[in-house]
Amino acid sequence: MSKKISGGNSTRRQTRKWSWLFMGPVVAAFAIGFVWPFIQGIYLSFCKFRLIRDAQFIGFGNYLTALQDQTFRSAFWYTAGFAIVSLVLINVLAFAVAYALTQGIRGSNLYRTVFFMPNLIGGIVLGYIWSMIFDGILHRYGTSIVENQTWGFWGLVILVCWQQIGYMMIIYIAGLQAVPEELHEAAKIDGASKWQTLFKVTIPNVMPSITICTFLSLTNGFKLFDQNLALTGGMPIVIQPDGSSVKTTEMLALNIYSTFYNSNAKYPGVAQAKAVLFFILVAGLGLAQLAYTRKREVQQ
Amino acid sequence: MKQQSIASERRSKTILSVVLAAICVVYVLPVFAVVLNSFKINTFVKTDTFAMPRGEMWAGFDNFVKGMTFGNYPFIKSVLYSVLITVLSTFLILLFTSMAAWYIARVNSVFCRTIYYLCVFSMVVPFQMVMFTLSKTADKLRFNTPWTIPVVYLGFGAGLAIFMFVGFVKSIPVEIEEAAAIDGCGPIRTFFSVVLPMLKPTLISVGILEIMWVWNDYLLPVLVLDINEYRTIPIHIQYLKGSYGTVDLGATMALILLSIIPVIVFYLMCQKYIIKGVAAGAVKG
Repeated sequence: MSKKISGGNSTRRQTRKWSWLFMGPVVAAFAIGFVWPFIQGIYLSFCKFRLIRDAQFIGFGNYLTALQDQTFRSAFWYTAGFAIVSLVLINVLAFAVAYALTQGIRGSNLYRTVFFMPNLIGGIVLGYIWSMIFDGILHRYGTSIVENQTWGFWGLVILVCWQQIGYMMIIYIAGLQAVPEELHEAAKIDGASKWQTLFKVTIPNVMPSITICTFLSLTNGFKLFDQNLALTGGMPIVIQPDGSSVKTTEMLALNIYSTFYNSNAKYPGVAQAKAVLFFILVAGLGLAQLAYTRKREVQQ
Repeated sequence: MKQQSIASERRSKTILSVVLAAICVVYVLPVFAVVLNSFKINTFVKTDTFAMPRGEMWAGFDNFVKGMTFGNYPFIKSVLYSVLITVLSTFLILLFTSMAAWYIARVNSVFCRTIYYLCVFSMVVPFQMVMFTLSKTADKLRFNTPWTIPVVYLGFGAGLAIFMFVGFVKSIPVEIEEAAAIDGCGPIRTFFSVVLPMLKPTLISVGILEIMWVWNDYLLPVLVLDINEYRTIPIHIQYLKGSYGTVDLGATMALILLSIIPVIVFYLMCQKYIIKGVAAGAVKG
């Protein structure tokens, strides 16, 4: 826009003289905090090393090892299952709550405040709060959240539901409030029932919010780390027939972490290869979201 | 007919209210359980988790006193480090990313666009991808103290902030800045006294997102900082378990309570901004 005005050009030229001041700090920090670690990470995933400085290029070896690793595979399926279950539960419940809160009930604001509150508590703290609660219940049956994979799974599902329903609820409320009132009135005049209105008018009109929330909870599910670490830490461990051990509630992010940092971790290269695969998976989901949202925008 | 439907609607609203109130109670129960158990003697936390801390279970403020030095690290120190890191990081991110975002939006050169797309790209990269190399780099460059780790936060957190600021700057008419330039303002003065005040809503949104992120972050500081020396609150809570092998659940709950009270107070004070900020950050996709 400013190109048309000659005054705009000269101010821009003036601004450019100060690029070092405006861009310098961010570019330097971004290079240290993201760009360089990212590039080095890609490179190291193809290397064998104990210390970075004696890294040796070995091609796709680390990727093959990573893909054959039982713990990584089991973490992948566990994570995928968890992500899908939590995605469905979180979104159905968050939508239901948001729908209820937009019906003009007294005290809606108070409810909204309460439902959103768990979002501000960090994952580690949340994990310990819930591990106390679950262990308090399971203690009566002589077991514990770290002794049973099924409890660990559903425990984590309950935890993330408690944490994230409020967040998704906020997005759904914004979506629901943007639906024009006339549409509801028209449906009412045409004699549509409440359920018909919900499924034929309301839901199609909040599709953008549903897309955002779906992908958000999916990527959140895949990236979950703190809660997983604090609630079960991957316990219980199961010994495989071949003598190796698999942590049955370990998710992908935690698996990558333990491959890097466990006391018997010998191959950071394999861990880095896992991290690259993890990145491709998560970024792929993100890009799919972008493409999908774009497509819908064109249609509307 | 009409009266009947109004009556039935009123009834369904009442039912809905009751259901929501019930869910609300369930929602605060976990926090309530933390309060109960922080006043309970350790051995009863596991066996009588949901009982009131009465009689022999009552620990008074012992858990809080004990918690202060529990885990071979003074709790107050981790609170101070958490505050220091959060405040410094948020300040750095707000100042430098808003400056860069304005420059990117207004100058719009190839370099600017490259940086911008790199920032957008960085938002989809999970931390695990860079954690190993990032912690090594930070170590080598001495960004491993609470005073310097904010630079790492600025680097890794720049993506979302730049994205949100650029979006907002583009919606500000450039004529205002041109008028300032004609009045003799240089770029620096234009930015700080004309642009920055207009950015206030986005500054609040981004600020809240960054505060929530840095305050609760566990993995980045645990990998970058020397944890024998410096611990933030999440690190402290996590390492209570590892310290002796055994855990004092009562003291742990006391510390958890102390660490969530400021968060809840902060939330109740600026609830409106927090919810708005979070909603703004969610639409990044």
